[in-house]
Amino acid sequence: MASENGNLVELRDVHKIYRRDRIEIPVLQGVNLNVKQGEFLALMGPSGSGKSTLLNLIAGIDLPTKGEVRVAGESLGTLASERLSRWRARHVGFIFQLYNLIPVLTAAQNVELPLLLTRLSGKERRDRVKLALELVSLADRDNHYPRMLSGGEEQRVAIARAIVADPTLLVADEPTGDLDAKNATEILTLLKRLNEELKKTIIMVTHDPHAAERAHVTVHLDTGVLAP
Amino acid sequence: MKFVRLVLANLMRAKRRTFLTVFSIAIALFLFCTLRTVITSFEASLRASNASRLIVRHASSLVFPLPLSYKERIAQVAGVAGVSYGNWFGGYYQNPKNQFAQFAVDISTFFDLFPEVLLQPAEKDAFRSERTACIVGRGLAKKYGWKIGDQIPIIGTIFPGEWRLTVRGIYAGETRDTDENTIFFHWDYLNESLPDVRKNQVGIYWVKIASADMAAAASRSVDALFENSSQPTKTETEKAFQAGFISMIGNVQLLLSILGSAIVFAIMLVTINTMMMAARERTTEIAILKTIGFTDRLVLLLVGGEALLLSLLGGALGCGLAAIVFHESDFTAGGFFPNFRVLPETIGLGLVLAAVMGVLSGLVPAVQAGRLKIANALRKVV
Repeated sequence: MASENGNLVELRDVHKIYRRDRIEIPVLQGVNLNVKQGEFLALMGPSGSGKSTLLNLIAGIDLPTKGEVRVAGESLGTLASERLSRWRARHVGFIFQLYNLIPVLTAAQNVELPLLLTRLSGKERRDRVKLALELVSLADRDNHYPRMLSGGEEQRVAIARAIVADPTLLVADEPTGDLDAKNATEILTLLKRLNEELKKTIIMVTHDPHAAERAHVTVHLDTGVLAP
Repeated sequence: MKFVRLVLANLMRAKRRTFLTVFSIAIALFLFCTLRTVITSFEASLRASNASRLIVRHASSLVFPLPLSYKERIAQVAGVAGVSYGNWFGGYYQNPKNQFAQFAVDISTFFDLFPEVLLQPAEKDAFRSERTACIVGRGLAKKYGWKIGDQIPIIGTIFPGEWRLTVRGIYAGETRDTDENTIFFHWDYLNESLPDVRKNQVGIYWVKIASADMAAAASRSVDALFENSSQPTKTETEKAFQAGFISMIGNVQLLLSILGSAIVFAIMLVTINTMMMAARERTTEIAILKTIGFTDRLVLLLVGGEALLLSLLGGALGCGLAAIVFHESDFTAGGFFPNFRVLPETIGLGLVLAAVMGVLSGLVPAVQAGRLKIANALRKVV
């Protein structure tokens, strides 16, 4: 998966420009970044600096205006929409700030979603879901709907959903941004465990310096440029 | 199959809205089936018409009778193989809501002219040998719970008074198009009970011709016989008579087809709106599914599948309800539609229509969902 020099993620001169009406808004301006396999990287920066945009490019849910984003051996800009979706399903687990669970599905059904895209049998899917929920200490809440869970529990279900298909890369967009201190600490501990025990490569966007302390590497983004 | 649960969960998200949408589709399809059945009933009555049977009536109108003496003269016409006659009785059973067709018929010739009326030989004998006997169609017998030996009081409107008839036979139709909702009784019983001034008057003559291709010539010959009399006739095939009867109320088929299509179209617009609202409310969730790796095509199929399932549910409910209601109630619209039953073809057509409604109503939201850009959708909420 990683390149010869051990990089799982490689960004080369990445630019992202949004267009509103006739106005061009440059969000990323020539970003270069390498993330090694097994690394836990924190991406910090003020609001509007382009953190989430950068994360979206790495996760393959947006494409750069210019430059190359290479993740897990694929240059994402060259993939057509359907192939990019399949690539995401295989390689990326996404954790959102607002958890973004499907409210009409139970915790187990939410976790199962990525597995619906695989060829696993019903029993294999159930086993994997159980394992993922045990990993986030929520095995006893499998039949609970999101409205029955606390914020911290919802985020743990979201993490279980992100890891259940055993992706190459976990990306987290301010995963503790909507949680109190206690729950935030639990989530960060969980992410750290996933990195250390399961050797998951994690890229986490955060505003919180304490959260960033858990990472091996912290990079700062300001007005679309990575700080040296 | 593994995605069905996701589709069902989404449909159950707003139970009231789903129920109301399914219900409105069901009503549209119920009305469609009803209107379509009116058309198929017309067609069935035309199909049931015998091409080798002519109807002779007064040239001015059905309400004017013809003399009984015409029978022998009609029988002499070249190509005529048999003549029978009868009167439309126009009564009701117990109360005016219980309307159905009753005919006083000449027993000696009736079965020769109407071979499609099937009766057990013993019942036929019993019917022939008793002046107040009648035979009833299988549909009527089932509707009112009549059995052989029952006395049926029929209240006359054209022929006032209470007429007590005894059921001596329950007939079946030769084909599914044959009317099984009529009572036939002795014309003699009616005739004898009338005042002298109304005696020996016949409403309709039925004429059997040797072959269908002689219909036009025989019709002209019959009418020519009475052309200069005070009671001229109009002779036509049974099919032409039925078609003329139907055309008296205008181009019903076209009207009903337009009406049925308009109802379905209106409900389809409502369903499109509902599906678009439902998809719009779930923009973020659709973006989440795509982030997880659901392809554009899969998302399109899931959203479109919801609309299709919703429409098929409503369609099955509406068509099924129409079939059950009209079957169980033995609805005949006062005898006007003796074969009013929802045909399997109509149910099939209704379900196809529901499927088309589902596909069309799901098309716009499904395409929108399929085209949704994840980053744009997430930027609004995250």
